[in-house]
Amino acid sequence: MSDVALELASITKLFGRTRALSSATFAARHGTVHALLGENGAGKTTLMRIAFGMIRPDSGTIRIDGVGRVFASPSDAIGAGIGMVHQHFTLVPAMTVAENIALGGHGIMNPARIRAMIAELAERTGLSMDPDARIEDLPAGAQQRVEILKALSRDTRILILDEPTAVLTRMEARELLVRARDLVSHGGTAILITHKLRDALEFADDVTVLRRGATVWSGAVSDATEETLVSAMLGGERVRAESVAGVAASNPRSATPVMSLTNVSVRDTLGVERVKSATVAVRAGEILGVAAVEGNGQRELLRLLAGRMTADSGEVAIPPVVGFIPEDRQRDALVEDFSLRDNVALLGAGLRSGMMRWGEAREQTRELISNYDVRARDESLHARALSGGNQQKLVVGREIEGSRTALVAENPSRGLDVQATAAVHARIQAARDAGMAVVIYSSDLDEVLALANRVVVMYNGRAREVPLEHEVIGRAMVGLDLE
Amino acid sequence: MTGSMAFVIDMLVHATPLILAGLAVAIAFRAGIWNIGADGQLVAGATAAAWVGISVSASIGWLALPLALIAGAIAGAFWAAIAAWLRSRFGVLEVISTIMLNFIATYGVSYLVRGPLQEPTHVYPQTSDIAIGAHMPTLVDGTRLHWGFVIAIAMAVVTWWVMRYTVAGFRVRASGVNPFAARSAGLIDVPRVTMAAFIVSGAMAGLAGAIEVCGVTFALYENISPGYGYTAIAVALLAGLNPLGVIGTGILFGALETAAGTLQRNVGIPVTTASVIEAAIILVVIAIARIRQSRAASAA
Repeated sequence: MSDVALELASITKLFGRTRALSSATFAARHGTVHALLGENGAGKTTLMRIAFGMIRPDSGTIRIDGVGRVFASPSDAIGAGIGMVHQHFTLVPAMTVAENIALGGHGIMNPARIRAMIAELAERTGLSMDPDARIEDLPAGAQQRVEILKALSRDTRILILDEPTAVLTRMEARELLVRARDLVSHGGTAILITHKLRDALEFADDVTVLRRGATVWSGAVSDATEETLVSAMLGGERVRAESVAGVAASNPRSATPVMSLTNVSVRDTLGVERVKSATVAVRAGEILGVAAVEGNGQRELLRLLAGRMTADSGEVAIPPVVGFIPEDRQRDALVEDFSLRDNVALLGAGLRSGMMRWGEAREQTRELISNYDVRARDESLHARALSGGNQQKLVVGREIEGSRTALVAENPSRGLDVQATAAVHARIQAARDAGMAVVIYSSDLDEVLALANRVVVMYNGRAREVPLEHEVIGRAMVGLDLE
Repeated sequence: MTGSMAFVIDMLVHATPLILAGLAVAIAFRAGIWNIGADGQLVAGATAAAWVGISVSASIGWLALPLALIAGAIAGAFWAAIAAWLRSRFGVLEVISTIMLNFIATYGVSYLVRGPLQEPTHVYPQTSDIAIGAHMPTLVDGTRLHWGFVIAIAMAVVTWWVMRYTVAGFRVRASGVNPFAARSAGLIDVPRVTMAAFIVSGAMAGLAGAIEVCGVTFALYENISPGYGYTAIAVALLAGLNPLGVIGTGILFGALETAAGTLQRNVGIPVTTASVIEAAIILVVIAIARIRQSRAASAA
C-alpha cells in the first residue's frame, strides 16, 4: 500500500474560458491532516470537488492508495472512502440528526440501527450528538458536527472539510480542529480547505498552497513559516494586511452624533428582550466597534442603527439612509440572479418611484467596479458570478457611496481572503476619514480592535462602552467584569 | 374564407384569454407569489362583466363595454385580494387558498346561472345576452376575432415595460427573487409590493374573463373557462415569465387547442390529446431550464 492516501495528478479544469485549475497536483498521506491553502478563487474547492466526484476534470488523474480512479458522481467517491463536508450545510433543517445521517443510505430505514451507528461513531470520534434533535434547533457548531458524522458514517477514510471553521465561533472551531487530529490518529486522512494560515500551521501536518489554479507550494508544516506560506498564497503581490493594524486615534470628530440610540429596547417574535435599554451614540469621523459573543443582541443593535429594524421603545435618531453591510451578503445584500447594475440600482429602491434610471445605474456601477477594484468584466455580469471578495467590494462601495454619512458593517470580512479583507478594511477606514460615522461588529475581536476608535460591548442585551483594551473587552464580553 | 385563415382566426381568439391569464400568472410568479387561482379570478371577472352587461340600460350605448371590462378587472382583483388578505393576515399559503377560491368561483357561477342571474325563461343554465353596447367590436369583419386580442397584446407590452423600466416593476422583481435583499438593501416593503402584484395579477385574469364574455360568449354560463387559468400557468412558465414571451406562448397554446378541436371533429382524435401535448411541452421546457441551470451553477 502506498503511503499516499489521495493523489491528484496534474488536474486541469476549465469553466467556459476561465481556467479554474491548471495542472494542479495534490497528495495527502495516511494519518495526516493536510491543509489546502489559497486565496478565495484559487481553486481549492474546485480541486476537492473533483476529488469528491462532484466535478469531472478536463484532464488529470485521481489515485486512491495508488490506484487510478474515475468518479462519475459523489457516490463513487463515497464508495472509495472519501467524505466531504461542504462550506454550506447540506442538512435538512426539519429532520432529526438520525434522519439526516440516514439520508443517502440505501434500502429500508432502520431507526435502531442508525442509533447504534451514531452511538458507535460518537464513541469512536468523540462527536456526541442527540440523534433525535432537530437540525433547525441546533447551533451552527452542532450542525457542523452532524455534517461530519454524516460524512464519517460511510466508512470514510479520507475526510475533506471545506472551510469548516467559517461559520463557527473560535471555540467551536478549535474543538473541531482538535477532533480532526483525533480522526487521523487512527490512520485516516483529513483534508482541510482553508484560507486561515494559523489553522493550517497549528493543526496540519502537511500543506499545499494553490494560487490561480496551480500548486505553488507543497510540503510539511515543519518546513513552512507564516511568511513562506503568505508569499506563496499571494505571489509577487505585496501583502497589505499590516495596513489593518495601527489606527491613528487622532481623527477629526464632531460633537453631535450622526446615529444615536437612547434607552432603546427590542423584543424578538417570541417576546424575549434582545436589546435592553441601550444607549449608543456614533459621531462623524469615528468607528464605533461592537464586541460581543454570538447571540447577545448585537445583531439587533446593528439593525436598529442601520434602520433595518424598529425599536419597541426608546428613541432612535439616524440619517434617512444608512449604509448597511450585512454579514450574509448573498442573502441580505445582493440579488445573486441580478446583474451588478441591477444590484446597484437595488439600493434604496423602496424609497424611490417613477422610472428606473438605468443609464445612471450603469455609470454608478462602472465607477464602483473601477474605484473599488471589483474584478468583473462589466456591469451586466450576474452577481453570482463574482467571488465572495469581489461581491463584498461591490457591496461596500455601494453602501458607502449610497449614504456618505453613516455606515453599519457586520462581519465585513467574513469568508474573505487576506487581500480582500485588507481592501474592505481600507475602504471602511477611508469612509471614516472622509467623515462618515461608522459602526463595525466582528465576531473576531482582533478585527474590531484593529479598526475601532471606541468599543461598545454587548452582553445579554445590554450595551456598555469599555476601554480599548483586549483584556478588558474580553472579560466584558463574557460578563466577567460584572461579578 | 380559406381553412387556414379560419384556423388563424380561431387560434388568435383562443389565445386572447390565455395571453391575459398568462400575464396574470407571470406577474404573480415574478413577485414570488404562487397564484394558482387565475382560473377563479378569470371566472370572477367574467361574472362581473356579464352582470354589468345584462344590467346596464341600452341607453348608455358603447359605454357599457368599458364598464364591463373595468368591472371584470375589479372582480378579479377582489378575488385575488381575498387570497392576499388570507396570506398577510393569517399566513395561509396562496397555493392552497387560490385553488380553493377557484372551486368557489366555478360552483358560484353554477349557482348564479341557475338562480339569481338565470335568463328569464329559466330553461338554460346561463344568463341573458349582454347589451349590444357591451359587445367587443370585431377586428376582422365577419370573423370572431375581436379587439380583445389587441388589448391582450397591449397589456403584454405594458406589463413588459413596467417590469423593465419602472421602479415599481423593479421592486416586484427584486422582491420575488430575493425578498431578504429587497428588504435589507432595497428598503422595499416586500409584503406590500408582493400583495400589490398579487392583486394586479388578479385584475389581469379578471380582465381575461371579462373580454371572453364581451368578445366571445356574450353571456355567462357554466364552464365559461375550460381551465384557461391552469393552461395560463404553462403559458407563463414556457415564456420564462417574460411578458412579451407570453404573447408567443399564448398563441402557441391557442393553436394547440384550436387544432385539437378540429382534429376531434374531423378525424376523431380526442381533444385530450392536446392536453397531453401541452403537458409534454411543459416537461421538456422545465427539463431544459433545469439542465441549463445546473450547467451554469457548476460553471460558477
